[in-house]
Amino acid sequence: MNKKSDWVFIGLLSLCTAFFLGGCSDILLLNPKGPIGDAERFVIIASIALMLIVVIPVFIMVFLFPRKYRASNIKATYMPKWSRSGKIELVIWLVPTIIITVLGILIWNTTHRLDPYKPIDTGVKPINIEVVSLDWKWLFIYPDQNIAIVNELVFPANVPLSFRITSDTVMTSFFIPQLGSQIYAMAGMQTRLHLLADEPGVYAGQNQQLSGRGFADMNFKAIAVSREEYKAWVQKVKQSADKLDLARYEKIQKPSSDYPVSHFSSVKPDLFDYIMRKYNETMDMNPGAMNEESGSMHIKTGALEGS
Amino acid sequence: MFGKLGLSAIPYHDPIVMGAVGGSILLAVVILALITYYRKWTILWKEWLTSVDHKRIGIMYIILALVMMLRGLSDAVMIRSQQALAAGMSHGFLPPDHFNQVFSAHGTIMIIFVAMPFMVGLMNIVIPLQIGARDVAFPFLNSVSLWLTTAAALLVMVSLGVGEFSKAGWSGYAPLTELKYSPGTGVDYWIWAFQIAGVGSLMTSINFLVTILKMRAPGMTLMRMPIFVWTVLCTAVLMVLSFPVLTAALAMLTLDRYLGMHFFTNALGGNMMMYTNLFWIWGHPEVYIVVLPAFGIFSEVVATFSGKPLFGYTSMVLATMAIMVLSFSVWLHHFFTMGASPNVNIFFGITTMIIAVPTGVKIFNWLFTMYRGRIRFTTPMFWTLGFIMTFTTGGMTGVLLASPPADFVLHNSLFLIAHFHTMLITGSLFGYLAGYAYWFPKSIGFTLNEKWGKRTFWSWLIGFCLAFIPLYVLGLMGMPRRMVHYDNLAWQPYLIIAAGGLALILIGVLCQTIQLVVSIKERHTARDLTGDPWDGRTLEWTTASPPAVYNFATTPEVHGIDAFTDMKEKGITYLKPDRYHDIHMPKNTAAGFVNGILSFIFGFAMVWYIWWLAAISALGMLVSVIIRSADDDTEYTVPAAEVERIENLHYRELATAAAMSRPTGE
Amino acid sequence: MITDTSTFNAVSSGEFEHPDTIENQAFGFWIYIMSDLVLFATIFATYAVLGHNYAGGPTGKDLFHLPYTFGETMLLLFSSATYGLSMLAMNKNRKDLVLRWLFVTFLLGLGFLAMEINEFHHMILDGNGPERSAFLSAFFTLVGTHGSHVAFGLIWMSVMMGQIIAKGLSAPVQSRLIRLSIFWHFLDVVWVGVFTIVYLMGVM
Repeated sequence: MNKKSDWVFIGLLSLCTAFFLGGCSDILLLNPKGPIGDAERFVIIASIALMLIVVIPVFIMVFLFPRKYRASNIKATYMPKWSRSGKIELVIWLVPTIIITVLGILIWNTTHRLDPYKPIDTGVKPINIEVVSLDWKWLFIYPDQNIAIVNELVFPANVPLSFRITSDTVMTSFFIPQLGSQIYAMAGMQTRLHLLADEPGVYAGQNQQLSGRGFADMNFKAIAVSREEYKAWVQKVKQSADKLDLARYEKIQKPSSDYPVSHFSSVKPDLFDYIMRKYNETMDMNPGAMNEESGSMHIKTGALEGS
Repeated sequence: MFGKLGLSAIPYHDPIVMGAVGGSILLAVVILALITYYRKWTILWKEWLTSVDHKRIGIMYIILALVMMLRGLSDAVMIRSQQALAAGMSHGFLPPDHFNQVFSAHGTIMIIFVAMPFMVGLMNIVIPLQIGARDVAFPFLNSVSLWLTTAAALLVMVSLGVGEFSKAGWSGYAPLTELKYSPGTGVDYWIWAFQIAGVGSLMTSINFLVTILKMRAPGMTLMRMPIFVWTVLCTAVLMVLSFPVLTAALAMLTLDRYLGMHFFTNALGGNMMMYTNLFWIWGHPEVYIVVLPAFGIFSEVVATFSGKPLFGYTSMVLATMAIMVLSFSVWLHHFFTMGASPNVNIFFGITTMIIAVPTGVKIFNWLFTMYRGRIRFTTPMFWTLGFIMTFTTGGMTGVLLASPPADFVLHNSLFLIAHFHTMLITGSLFGYLAGYAYWFPKSIGFTLNEKWGKRTFWSWLIGFCLAFIPLYVLGLMGMPRRMVHYDNLAWQPYLIIAAGGLALILIGVLCQTIQLVVSIKERHTARDLTGDPWDGRTLEWTTASPPAVYNFATTPEVHGIDAFTDMKEKGITYLKPDRYHDIHMPKNTAAGFVNGILSFIFGFAMVWYIWWLAAISALGMLVSVIIRSADDDTEYTVPAAEVERIENLHYRELATAAAMSRPTGE
Repeated sequence: MITDTSTFNAVSSGEFEHPDTIENQAFGFWIYIMSDLVLFATIFATYAVLGHNYAGGPTGKDLFHLPYTFGETMLLLFSSATYGLSMLAMNKNRKDLVLRWLFVTFLLGLGFLAMEINEFHHMILDGNGPERSAFLSAFFTLVGTHGSHVAFGLIWMSVMMGQIIAKGLSAPVQSRLIRLSIFWHFLDVVWVGVFTIVYLMGVM
């Protein structure tokens, strides 16, 4: 390659750097606010670092070789018969294999630790939240508090959240990027997710799987607050005049977009199970039940008190 | 009488669609008018539409691919412009229903109607020539494949103006694609386009498997085949084994939609996860199907333009076979977030990473082919170098996504979009564009203008980087794919840059068009007289450009890898035989074309529930197959005297060229 | 064996027929059969996954009648044997015997198909059609796909009988009979799988 390609490369490199620098805090996945997201960021960065061991030499060679061995450079050695080398083959098969092995160990370890079904063990009692994806909104039921909210999630920071997730429509994906993993919501089935926010804040929540016309409207705020604020908020919701009985639920279930944040002071008992059973009266299939792991993730979350 | 079809199927109220339809119809009318004006109908029919010649079929496949690429890029323009505008309160110019059709069409078209035909077109032109054969094993089947693919493409095009296309993405997940959630004609168009094209692809794969395994020139053992032939062989195996899975999966979805069955529905026992699994059991091999031949092309190009044999031939073959086998073991990485247990996710994560090893080996082998070579910077070589840089980076993001924990936060984000576009564009498309530039002279008879070729390359490379690097960042910023509008204003600047990148890509397409026009204008000075414009190493370069209908007057004998280089070194090139023999070639036939039309009618009728029409066209296809089978007169003879005349013409051209200085490229 | 071109007794039809062509056609057909096997494997896998999703409806035990299915199986198995006899006759160039055994095969295959359609018909009339549950969707599709292949084989067989009458046992006709033979035996093998996995295991 010639000088032109050098400039192109430098230009692109600058562009990349500019992208990354100019908007750091917006790069949510590199600025996680919880232990799950933290661990996942580590995996991303560690993987890239390991692979650079292979990628950087490739870049060096792809610039060096064409320049040095261009036809007009008659001083360069020309070996028109040379096309084999056991040593080179050994290195190019072995080094990537070693890197993949290391990566394999990394993912063995982290995939087990970051299993969405695995509870987060901090000694603090988790808050149970049931999530139902609808067209085109999210319904959050807090079964222990007997309240429900549409399109807004409020919870205390530093308390594990234990989600049961299903859908009363097509397949969707429940995702709060700054806290960590997403997981699919599917009708007639239940998936599990465990997250924790280690500082108060307002985090974006969304649907990550195309679900029709209003898919892009399925955004919600996931708001981490102090324990006192959370208790106060629960009380406030309990004052709401709205109750989520079956008739009300069926109204919400009808397809609509831009549903306003709504509070319900009581919920039909076992509404979540009822929704699942609509599609699944006799089927026992449950991708959730398979892997409630006994071990759990021990996390230091700073100032830990009892719940 | 007309099923669900009525005048209301035409989207009168949508100006964008009506504009696109109007433009397409106008373009078609212009083309038909030109053909009439220049009186080319007879030639078009006799020599092209009814042709069973692999060289012509290949050209037609590539024309289909390039035309459909314009449609696919128009969809890309709509996606990028909509997303550049639709931030915060602004909702852009495309309503969600329309936007959802646009990206669904974009994906479907680019994979099934651009990448596949482009690849099959190059396979068609090159493989018989590279193995020293006169045609493929089943020339008539070849024609049927072409016209089935074309019919399916036409079905997608028609969906623009009559009814609607699918709004459920190119992957068509259930239960969104079930009748309850997609009651219109969109998903049906998508299903039948896929199914009809799929049958065509399956036939192609059988054809090339038999051709490569049974019709190689004497002396060409498997380990002496050009590496492109190896990659096509492995691709054909992938196609034979994976396409039936897609056929079955889509058939079951069809049964759900048309007969009320419950394979993938929410209720009555259906399991949507089954669809996801089946689709990707096809879907993952599919992406290796479109990339392996591109790797083969890069191998050929690098060796030719470095003036050296490909480094590590044996390990390239092994790596290709490893990729072929492993590609069936990775499919779950497309849905790590569907709730499988960690052990399951880990298994597929590891297999996905393993497949990166042979791919990496190939990259190093290409680099070491250049090492201590004499490199000529022709357009195909530029594409190759651009590919190595960008594909390696994109491959890195693939290994990253192979980690389930990383995928948990990156799945279905724009990071994923950027990753697979890097693979498909800088891998497959750059490969096919390199192949296009490399084999154009062989196929058409004159070389392409180098200056415009390089401008095309630079526009595509820089445009690609501008269009997709921002998407990697956006994925890390949490932006999902397929968003018609979004609230987070921080995303907008990146989307604007991405739109700018696409604009540069379009300039690249323009440069490529100009290249073709200029090259046609200059064709008399750029004529490829010897048939070997690049100082090539493999058998296709021993033939005239374009080759005679029978390719080789006498079947070549092969004594090693790089058969032509071997001949050059031994001084036994262009040997005149003592005598020529009659050559038997397959006759042209309208049956393939007719079958294509019938399959289009069948697909259309099925979409609109016009059962009597579907039955008649299906019956018609059966009858045409039966009639064809009853035809015993399917060959014609090229008499020895005619062969001699054609060959002597070529010898005269060789002499003319020898009198001029031998081109060495630059 | 089946594809050994030296066993050919090609009656000349004036057509230039490379021995290569015939071998390539058989080889290509085997590859097609492999792809068809993958198709069936996919439907079998779907049956395995969905086969217990009765949705409160009937199970295999409620619906299947093994003696009946045994009868169908015998018809199909015998039809494979008679096709084999037809091929032996072809190798001896006995056009009359080829036609006779082909016709018997056709009748046996038609009998199989009639029994199957009858079974489906009754199930549908009883309200146990494929829309009742995922299990039934999978059942009808797996057995029905096999049945459609049989139907297509029967059409092919009739066309072949016509071609034999019109052209005799020319090389292309023999090549097609060989391919139909591969197809017909393949359908038999798949049926053994269906019989075992769907009917036998469904009733246990």
